[in-house]
Amino acid sequence: MQAKTSAALPQSYVGTRTVRPDGVDKVTGRARFGADFNLPGQLVGRVLRSPHAHARILSIDASKAERLPGVKAVVTRDDFPDQSSEFIPAGEMMMNYRDVVRNVMAREKALYEGHAVAAVAATSTAVARRALKLIDVQYEVLPHVIDVVDAMKPEAPLLHEDLYTAGVEPKPERPSNIAKRVEIGHGDIEAGFARADVIVEREFSTQPVHQGYIEPHAALASVSEDGAVELWCTTQGHFIVRAHCARLLGLDIGKVRVTASEIGGGFGGKTVVYLEPLAVALSRKAKRPVKLVMSREEVFKASGPTSGARIKVKLGATKDGKFTAAFAELKYQAGAFQGSPVQPGTMCAFAPYDIEHVKVIGYDVVSNRPKVAAYRAPGAPISEFAVESVVDELAKKLEIDPVELRLQNAAREGTKAAYGPKFGPIGLVDTLHAVEKTNHYTTPLEEWQGRGVASGFWFNIGGETCASLTVNEDGTVSLMAGTPDIGGLRASLAMVAADELGVPYDKVRPIIGDTGSVGYNFLTGGSRSAFSGSMAVVEAAKQIKADLCTRAAKLWELSPDQVAFENGQVKPVGDTNGRHKPLSVADLAKVAGKTGGPIGGVGRINAQGAGPSFGTHLVDVEVDPETGRVTILRYTMAQDAGRAIHPSYVEGQYQGGAAQGIGWALNEEYIYGADGKLQNAGFLDYRMPVASDVPMIDAIIVEVPNPRHPYGVRGVGETPIVPPMAAIANAIENATGIRFTELPMSPPKVLKALKERGLNGVKA
Amino acid sequence: MAKHHVTATVNGDAVEFLCETEETLLDVLRDTLHLTGSKEGCSSGDCGACSVTLDGRLVCSCLVLGCEVAGRSIETIEGMAAGEMLHPLQQKFLEHAALQCGICTPGFLVASKALLERDPDPTETEIRYWLAGNLCRCTGYDKIIKAVMDAAAEMRTS
Amino acid sequence: MARVVLVGNLAQLTDGAGELDLAATSVQHLFQLLTERHPALARHLEEGVAVAIDGQIYQDALLEPIAPDSEVFIIPQIAGG
Repeated sequence: MQAKTSAALPQSYVGTRTVRPDGVDKVTGRARFGADFNLPGQLVGRVLRSPHAHARILSIDASKAERLPGVKAVVTRDDFPDQSSEFIPAGEMMMNYRDVVRNVMAREKALYEGHAVAAVAATSTAVARRALKLIDVQYEVLPHVIDVVDAMKPEAPLLHEDLYTAGVEPKPERPSNIAKRVEIGHGDIEAGFARADVIVEREFSTQPVHQGYIEPHAALASVSEDGAVELWCTTQGHFIVRAHCARLLGLDIGKVRVTASEIGGGFGGKTVVYLEPLAVALSRKAKRPVKLVMSREEVFKASGPTSGARIKVKLGATKDGKFTAAFAELKYQAGAFQGSPVQPGTMCAFAPYDIEHVKVIGYDVVSNRPKVAAYRAPGAPISEFAVESVVDELAKKLEIDPVELRLQNAAREGTKAAYGPKFGPIGLVDTLHAVEKTNHYTTPLEEWQGRGVASGFWFNIGGETCASLTVNEDGTVSLMAGTPDIGGLRASLAMVAADELGVPYDKVRPIIGDTGSVGYNFLTGGSRSAFSGSMAVVEAAKQIKADLCTRAAKLWELSPDQVAFENGQVKPVGDTNGRHKPLSVADLAKVAGKTGGPIGGVGRINAQGAGPSFGTHLVDVEVDPETGRVTILRYTMAQDAGRAIHPSYVEGQYQGGAAQGIGWALNEEYIYGADGKLQNAGFLDYRMPVASDVPMIDAIIVEVPNPRHPYGVRGVGETPIVPPMAAIANAIENATGIRFTELPMSPPKVLKALKERGLNGVKA
Repeated sequence: MAKHHVTATVNGDAVEFLCETEETLLDVLRDTLHLTGSKEGCSSGDCGACSVTLDGRLVCSCLVLGCEVAGRSIETIEGMAAGEMLHPLQQKFLEHAALQCGICTPGFLVASKALLERDPDPTETEIRYWLAGNLCRCTGYDKIIKAVMDAAAEMRTS
Repeated sequence: MARVVLVGNLAQLTDGAGELDLAATSVQHLFQLLTERHPALARHLEEGVAVAIDGQIYQDALLEPIAPDSEVFIIPQIAGG
């Protein structure tokens, strides 16, 4: 006789808008960010930074500082062993460890204003400040160079005497500031351009912009007498921090334990180390905990923004709108050491399109500015700004609607990507249609208003990930992930765990483990944390389900194939269906000890199968002819998420990236004086968007499932920052007839262009 | 110079502390009183992450000196919830996913509360301009504004 | 034989041969075969490339199998921010 169970199906959470489990701490001020943690006896750390953009360091005398009462340690280049030349992957740029140690603490030269030259640990801020003043550094000031084109000239001041352009055959005779030349492409662009009826060729320039995270870098290190290190810091990758500190200071990785605090924004800028090795070195010397926090000025002067660049684009099409050939040349600033994101810039430039003949050349160029760090889809916003502007200009010349032109040439499943391989299922076309269908697309515009559209792309990655699920005695589930939660990760992983195990969402408690508690995790970035983390959680859940089935089979004296896990319960199946009352996770948790021990699973993977995310943005602007101010009137964006685990946080990624793009387009830039010093190292003059600068941002989630992920998830975090600059430039062109090719399109520049054409003045 | 001895009220509780002349109220709150909910984003009054109210007036605590608050009343993020009951703004921020990294959230909550206390029915534009002194880099402000509008509506009916 | 295409600067290290047919059965095997033919590639293959097999991009996946008729692209490594 069949026993009927009338238990309701467990609630399914993926795709719903749950409240995040870490939310209450964040709205009450309880959550602890990098600077919120303190240890008894801790010392205050401060960094002495070069006032010169380029200088040889002749000598450093810290003896007076060391003797100042209250100073417990001073470190300089002598405290960091030199590193041999060895490239390691660090983001999509290859970092050379010889450069890493020099960026953390200057050695032969100070290569940018703000470059760390020494650091002290003292009993109070006042003593630390006084100590810095007592450190005597003798500089030989050298001529500096900042602009990328200037830095490429043969007569430019040379940053590294041993830097010879790689990627050029034969190897150049003389060193230069051009670290590398890269090239990708396929086909024959000469033939392609010969077939074009219309060709547009344009040059563009962009300025360096900072990731702009509101939380400055902070680290607290405590080194004990046996050399074991405890480090608390704000970072996107605590395992990366651990590796860097171990390498730079000659420590066993296992002896360094890094805890990632809550992180107040990163966007790529917290994937490298600045203060952490200094804090460890100081603590090791002082034998006391040392805390270092950057001021906002230091964040601007000493942490890596992204590249400023020059871009040349040439695009040809038949009169019917079919792209026949595409060429681009990119020149990106790397900052003081090589490693700009010019390579991904070359690969992304034409990625949204199916073009038979493509050639993109890129140059990685050093100059006297902070070493660039990753910034959301590194390299892509710059190159795609230029390309999407040219696509728009081509559309106008061809008299084809810009969305239609993109649809005609859009990459689809099976298209050979500009960077080589064929695409799997992708959602570019879906995002173009989504935008075309909106009421926004056809709303009439008034004078001085314009509409612009642009598309964008990012590869997304997977990477090494470990996540564990532990079933507690009362059936609640503890989830431990290893990638810092930048906004919504814990909620998303808990939702997946809840669905996999058929337990209520509020019975799953997720935390981010430190490096001693969970296996290696690559950093939070590359739009990977929800994609990879959920894969690892599914794997961990699989192990638990198998374990539960084994235990139940033994309890019921059935063979394993007579038992299955369905809808949150283990039940007999097949012939034995109904023989025993199903057991839930909580039921089996109660007898875990008696049936073999604690119940848990660990997903340890190198997640592969990441799928690219395409997006299309639509923006209306209004240009004020009297002031040159551009107001964003309306913003709509559609992007392919594959499958949105938590729609609110996916929308959040879309809206946040768009806002950063708006700032990049309209106002943000580094302004250097003739002396190579940064003039706007603060939020007043480094003008990021505020609430009154932007309207509501309509975020449309398109879902073309990623066949390689158990839930169809694609990373979403980076693509949103790629389209805005071109979309806005295209909208301004639509409003004024003026094509802006220089970012940012700030009021003085817009007004100047209007004046040159006699268009300025009070609106009629 | 000797430190200043200051007594004041923080979140309804009497407090007493010593501070140097140059220490800001933010320094005192975080380092002396161990209330780390107010955050330092810029120490120049440009980001609003350190927002508190001083005798009911919204201020950047990084622009107020510790020794200036003698005898005055300060409200920080830590005082916003009433025991176990979250303030409607806090609740709506959670429901609307109006925070991602959360570093700016205390500042936004304090600033929004100050707004709704003086104007219970602000328009979207009024909210955006009132909150223009609070920087957020993660959200693009959309969900923050929606959360404030929703909280205001709920507070008007209760 | 899998058709292997080297994208970007890597083609410079194979005397201009950007496309090769190789009987590779896995990514690790592919790297071995390539290095035997062109030793200058070794450092680059170790330091950071991604391998796309029939359109799917793999990174740090030495053990990933390659089928006899696969289309393989070796592209610069990708990460993010």
